[in-house]
Amino acid sequence: MTATTKAPAHPPPLAPHPARRRGVEFSLLVCAVLICVYGYAAVGLARNHAVPEDALRYGGGLGLVALLAHLAVRLRAPYADPLLLPIAVLLNGLGLVLIHRLDLETPNHPAAPAQLLWSALGVALFTATVLVLRDHRTLQRYAYVSVATALALMIAPILFPAVNGARIWIRIGGLSFQPGEFAKILLAVFFAAYLAANHHALAVTGRRIWRLQLPTGRVLGPIVTIWLTSVAVLILERDLGTSLLFFGLFVIMLYVATGRTGWIAVGLTLAAAGAFAVGVFEPHVHSRVEDWLDPFATIEAGRGAGQVAQSLFAFGAGGVLGTGLGLGHSTLIGFAVKSDFILATAGEELGLVGLTGILLLYGLLVARGFDAGLHLRDPFGRLLAIGLASIVALQVFVITGGVTGLIPLTGMAMPFLAQGGSSVVANWLIVALLIKVSHSARTPIDPPEAR
Amino acid sequence: MIRYIRRAAWLCCALLVALLVNAARLQVVQSDALGKSPANRRSDIARYAEPRGNIIVGGRSVTGSKDTGQQLRFERTYPEGPLYAPVTGFSSQTYGTTLIENAQDRALAGTDPLLRAIPLWHDISRGRPPGGDVITTIEPSMQRAAFAGLGGKRGAVAALEPSTGRILALVSSPSYDPGVLSGTGTAVTAAWDRLQSAATRPLVNRAIRQTYPPGSAFKIVTAAAALDAGVVTDVDAPLGTPDPFLLPGTRTRLPNAVRGCGDTSLAHALQWSCNTVMADVGARVGLTGILATVRAFGFNDRDLHIPSAVTPSNFDTRMSPDQLALSSIGQFNTTATPLQMAMVAAAVAHGGEVMRPHLVDRVVARGTRAISRTHPMPYQRAMKPTTARRLQELMVRVVEDGTGANAAIPGALVGGKTGTAQHGLDNSGTPYAWFISWAQREDAFQPAVAVAVVVEDAEAVRGHISGGGSAAPIARAVMEAALRK
Repeated sequence: MTATTKAPAHPPPLAPHPARRRGVEFSLLVCAVLICVYGYAAVGLARNHAVPEDALRYGGGLGLVALLAHLAVRLRAPYADPLLLPIAVLLNGLGLVLIHRLDLETPNHPAAPAQLLWSALGVALFTATVLVLRDHRTLQRYAYVSVATALALMIAPILFPAVNGARIWIRIGGLSFQPGEFAKILLAVFFAAYLAANHHALAVTGRRIWRLQLPTGRVLGPIVTIWLTSVAVLILERDLGTSLLFFGLFVIMLYVATGRTGWIAVGLTLAAAGAFAVGVFEPHVHSRVEDWLDPFATIEAGRGAGQVAQSLFAFGAGGVLGTGLGLGHSTLIGFAVKSDFILATAGEELGLVGLTGILLLYGLLVARGFDAGLHLRDPFGRLLAIGLASIVALQVFVITGGVTGLIPLTGMAMPFLAQGGSSVVANWLIVALLIKVSHSARTPIDPPEAR
Repeated sequence: MIRYIRRAAWLCCALLVALLVNAARLQVVQSDALGKSPANRRSDIARYAEPRGNIIVGGRSVTGSKDTGQQLRFERTYPEGPLYAPVTGFSSQTYGTTLIENAQDRALAGTDPLLRAIPLWHDISRGRPPGGDVITTIEPSMQRAAFAGLGGKRGAVAALEPSTGRILALVSSPSYDPGVLSGTGTAVTAAWDRLQSAATRPLVNRAIRQTYPPGSAFKIVTAAAALDAGVVTDVDAPLGTPDPFLLPGTRTRLPNAVRGCGDTSLAHALQWSCNTVMADVGARVGLTGILATVRAFGFNDRDLHIPSAVTPSNFDTRMSPDQLALSSIGQFNTTATPLQMAMVAAAVAHGGEVMRPHLVDRVVARGTRAISRTHPMPYQRAMKPTTARRLQELMVRVVEDGTGANAAIPGALVGGKTGTAQHGLDNSGTPYAWFISWAQREDAFQPAVAVAVVVEDAEAVRGHISGGGSAAPIARAVMEAALRK
């Protein structure tokens, strides 16, 4: 009798989540570390015809760091998506190999040791975040703290001298730091929190103009104000890559929150108008647009190949299978080869096959972020997951498109791969947040507790 | 919200696809075009990443490689620069390659597929085999003798082994040091400008790339045509040519530089270089007959390579009888490279057969494996063996008791022919002095060497220029070197 009364009138609850998949994560981590060690050994073999003596130490270090992160995930996010951490470790390790490989061409300016230090710091931050942040929903409470910090971080570099035409750096002592990298995460947190709280108001209230539903000024006001401020600051700092990123992030999150296609239209129109205006009036950007329209113009003018042309040469030289690690000549690109143009080294030495692999890894990372967003129940978590995944997706698109001549080049760091301390640390933070979010999304709901 | 998340995900997916398609476009479709861009330095870097193979003369390398540590890593060095420049040419990172450096570039640079010991291995390992060494046919002692003989005067020497066509000496003077052009930078550019603008034109290889009117040295060709055609059957019989000779169809009198040329024989005419007799003989043979012979010697051949291209020597194919008569004594439009005239001497020395001249004996991969070898090959038959035998005797007389006495070598059989070529408007230019010859050790079965020397000495007093005076001693020195080995 009791059995029949307990028999569900509604469909049976989903079976408990089959497994935590931590074993899978561990195996994948081992693979990721092995691939990186193999790459490190391949560079040594190609350059000095010998496996580097410290290959095992490098592998051991990377493995230890990965293990630390893995243990943190086991402890505090056991249901997290098992792909996120291995992808991050693989990309970070691969980035270290590529930077180390480029260091061999510029022995006086080594970048790999610093990058290694920053990576370790990034993993430490990752571990701390996974351990300390009990529930991602806590962040919702700090929406306005986040946005204030973000704005402060973005304004700070104006007080410091420009580096290579962009005021995006803070230099204290020997360390330089790019606050914009963290500002984007904080903005995503703010947007997610604000939109989660107000998405109904944004979607259904206010006046309707033609097919466009405009929300009331009270609801839209803060968001537009903050967004405009951030864009203005960025234009002052000449960092159009990040500006573009903020813009894209804002449009995607607003669209996901409200479902208003009109936002996409307005966003694209504004972006196109802004890009056109900046492209025409800002000399720094204007020259990049010209480089994009005809990367080989400087060659015909007898001034040799410019950065973008050199980057295209590198990709072309790679062909399908690549020249092999350590055997390319991407250093011809010049000073930004380890940062903005790191992908050209990957394209030349790993070929289309390697490049596709790397892009698919990013694709997978983004897809897993979206997947977590789909499976979460709280709007804040959803929007946060989408926002973080979109940050990665937009960065990858803007920088890859830039160095392969698909879109004008805007200086930006390829997540995990490129040289840049703040970038690596910030990306580890993004992965830490995605781990927490995906843990929430995949944690099985115990039926009695759920009721 | 789920629907919109899915749509946003599709947008990201579309961005990824756009990136992949664009990457494939770059790396598959445009890969070759990008690689060929003149501003893409990759091919240059790869080309100079390894030391280049060497050019070997007489068992020793006349080239070397210097590690500069620069982006274009290895630069060419030439330990004996000017001496072998007419053989090696230069290999410059700025100005490309010439002569053997150019003709054998694939072997020297290591890109020749034949250098790969195991096919496909270097494709898999992505490596390039080390460059091969090019072994030349040059004899160092003869090259030095020729170089010293010219002594910086403008001119050239070409020496051949008649039985094989091996080029034993190839000298152009004044020469230059190819090493100054090897690298990049302002020093190289300055050296290039200096060499380009020098009045003596040191970059021109006079032995194979410069043609001169051959003058009386050409009379050997005319004599061969006459004997082969049967116009002259007895070399010692008087031919009835008056002195001076009236050019056919004109009132122009052709004089002689020497006396005793009236109504004389072919033998005497060659011995003392009578213009009248040889012009008459040429006219009697006729254009068709002469053309057949000059072509068989190699004139008008646009495809002669040693392996570098040899500038074709010229004998006009349409001429009036008087022009033909002048051409028969090596004047009018007739021009020849020193190498061509060496081939003339070699044809006489080798029984009438011209062997294909070549400068590269073989190419060997690092180690000893020969990947290609030049075998002696007949080029063309220039005259009947009997004609060749008669001409040998006549050329010997020129040296024993004639205009070529300065070329005589004790203990050796030497045949020669002098030439003094008028040129310029109304023959106003300083004449070129020619000497072509061959030499045979008395105990040997056949001649060992054939030589052509031209001296274009603008400094000399006009009256002193003569093939016998300026050019014959140089030829003798080269032949002596050949006979000593």
